[in-house]
Amino acid sequence: MLLVLEQCLNGLQLGLLLFLLAAGLTLVFGIMDLVNLAHGSLYMIGAYFAATFTALTGSFLAGALLALGATLLVGMSVEVVALRRLYGRDHLDHVLGTFGLILFFNELVRLIWGPAGLTVPLPDWLNTAVPVMPGLLYPTYRIAIIAMSLLVALLLYLLVMRTRLGMLIRAGASNREMVGALGVNIQLLYTLVFGLGAALAGLAGLMQAPILTVAIGMGENILILAFVVIIIGGIGSIRGAFIASILVGLADTLGRGFLPELFKLVVSPAAAAAAAPALSSMLIYLIMAAVLVLRPEGLFPAANR
Amino acid sequence: MKTTLIGAAAVAAVALAGPAMAQGKSVKIGFVSTFSGPTAVIGSDMRNSFELALDHLGRKMGGLPVEVIYEDDQQKPEVGKQKSEKLVQSDKVDFVVGYIWSNVLLASLKPVIDSQTFLISANAGPSQIAGELCSPFFFSTSWQNDQTPQAVGEYMNQKGVKSVYLIGPNYAAGKDMLAGVRSTYKGNIIGEDLTKWPDQLDFSAELTKVKAAKPDAVFVFYPGASGVQFLTQYAQAGLKGQIPLYTAFTIDAITLKLQKDLALGVPGAQHWVNDLPNQANKRYVADFRSKFGNYPTFYGAQSYDAANLINSAVVAVKGDLSKKDEMRAEMRKANYASVRGPYKYGNNHFPIQNFYLQEVVKDAEGNLTLKTVATIVKDSQDKHHDKCPMKW
Repeated sequence: MLLVLEQCLNGLQLGLLLFLLAAGLTLVFGIMDLVNLAHGSLYMIGAYFAATFTALTGSFLAGALLALGATLLVGMSVEVVALRRLYGRDHLDHVLGTFGLILFFNELVRLIWGPAGLTVPLPDWLNTAVPVMPGLLYPTYRIAIIAMSLLVALLLYLLVMRTRLGMLIRAGASNREMVGALGVNIQLLYTLVFGLGAALAGLAGLMQAPILTVAIGMGENILILAFVVIIIGGIGSIRGAFIASILVGLADTLGRGFLPELFKLVVSPAAAAAAAPALSSMLIYLIMAAVLVLRPEGLFPAANR
Repeated sequence: MKTTLIGAAAVAAVALAGPAMAQGKSVKIGFVSTFSGPTAVIGSDMRNSFELALDHLGRKMGGLPVEVIYEDDQQKPEVGKQKSEKLVQSDKVDFVVGYIWSNVLLASLKPVIDSQTFLISANAGPSQIAGELCSPFFFSTSWQNDQTPQAVGEYMNQKGVKSVYLIGPNYAAGKDMLAGVRSTYKGNIIGEDLTKWPDQLDFSAELTKVKAAKPDAVFVFYPGASGVQFLTQYAQAGLKGQIPLYTAFTIDAITLKLQKDLALGVPGAQHWVNDLPNQANKRYVADFRSKFGNYPTFYGAQSYDAANLINSAVVAVKGDLSKKDEMRAEMRKANYASVRGPYKYGNNHFPIQNFYLQEVVKDAEGNLTLKTVATIVKDSQDKHHDKCPMKW
């Protein structure tokens, strides 16, 4: 029982991390109609900045805040310099352009920080385990990630639903020409939205940095998962991204945790040992394929799409 | 008039160049490794060691100058195969060296062997090449994948470990490693996990299973950056002081810089540790440190040996690289000063060698480094050599 609970916590943590990435991705796609493959690079930049600033200031929290601000700036400058030219063009042009940005960022990181990875050491008060329930010891840091991500999700909800900026974002998602015609500075809105997405990606990166090493290309694998999440959740819908990311996180972790044992009940141990790892890694994509067949617009599609 | 003059000059130039090209021979070596992406540090360590070996040889083998062409396999089997084909078909190299990853080597083996070019593996040692796929044109200066975990299995028997949980990546080498432990370990294997490679870097689900299973020890194989991640998450899950960890290829001089104190007290098995007391090794490690600033890894040591193995063959045929059978006979003798000490080749051209227990300590300057603690097993041979039909 405790095992299931712990795996659920693991899945929740993975899911919430994916939500941070997917939220930014779906916002940018929904509002600006821009397929941004370079989102994973912003995740990587957030992690690298966190490593550098933590080493410079000696404090993890200070390093994290500085990294967040730095990633926000990088995101906004990327939007102004590179992405403005892509608006209104075919999605394939977006893919090509942002793929080029991935290559650019990978090389840039290699030039500035070198090819070897970096690590971000955790402060001692985070590097422990707490008893979540009697008998279940869970790493403090992962609980911190869950708490932080839920907080950010709440703030995002408040931002989109209760503020003026959020109203403009929702309006822009429905009909961007109209918003421009009504006199809103649509260029500034786009820059802000992209910056918000970049900050979310950077937050995900800097939170993951102490668990994984900070390495070149670290954003690419998780970007694929983020795309799977927004396809399952529905493009342009943050609520869909939230539900889908928890679903994907739980499915992936519980699959890896329990599928091999379930298999052994049905087939011979040798076949189970061969098939189970492959099937657990395929599980998320099977879910995505099922969603595409049964409900192609996603589980919670944004209105007017 | 002008065109005929130019034409005559061209013909004369080609005629003069002809015999000159036949004399200006060199030893052409193709080196396939990973030079981009997160594991580029390994390729760079191998290249530095190979270059150091060539410098020690005076950049000549048997009187001929040496030319090396480095190619990046990007850790992908299809790219490695493409680069290997390019090296043997258009660059017409005399030797192909390298290959960190077993899956890349398995994909690249056939084009090189079919062109009758010698392939010296300076790292990967898949069980298939030690068995049915063995070839007279293949030599290894490293080990067969199963050998090192076999040594770890032996060591766990010696320590009286009653139950173990195995974790490794789901590709050729990962499966070989876990199979290697299974073949020598006499205790109870209470669980085994193969994780998605190279994408899966978060081991929380597997570590949770370890906590639930409560084994006496955990064995892992996670090369490169994934080793750093595993040790970090192992400590964060609270397992570090609780369940001892036994490793193969997870802690080396490169990852140690990132793993730091997390690696203290974690034993591993290796055929070479940088403090082995033979002359060749002392020179290699000292010169590597003074030139590049850090300790070399076993990847580098194997590449250093590959250069010297090739040199022994070229010297034996006095530079006549067409005498492939004589070169093979010489290489089979392993008649060179290897940094691991003297060793012999098995019938499948894989080394029969000692395996040592390595541990992480702080050296005189306070840097973390690896130290030989004991010899686990002497003259160990891989268990697949019976399936190889070669006899000599």
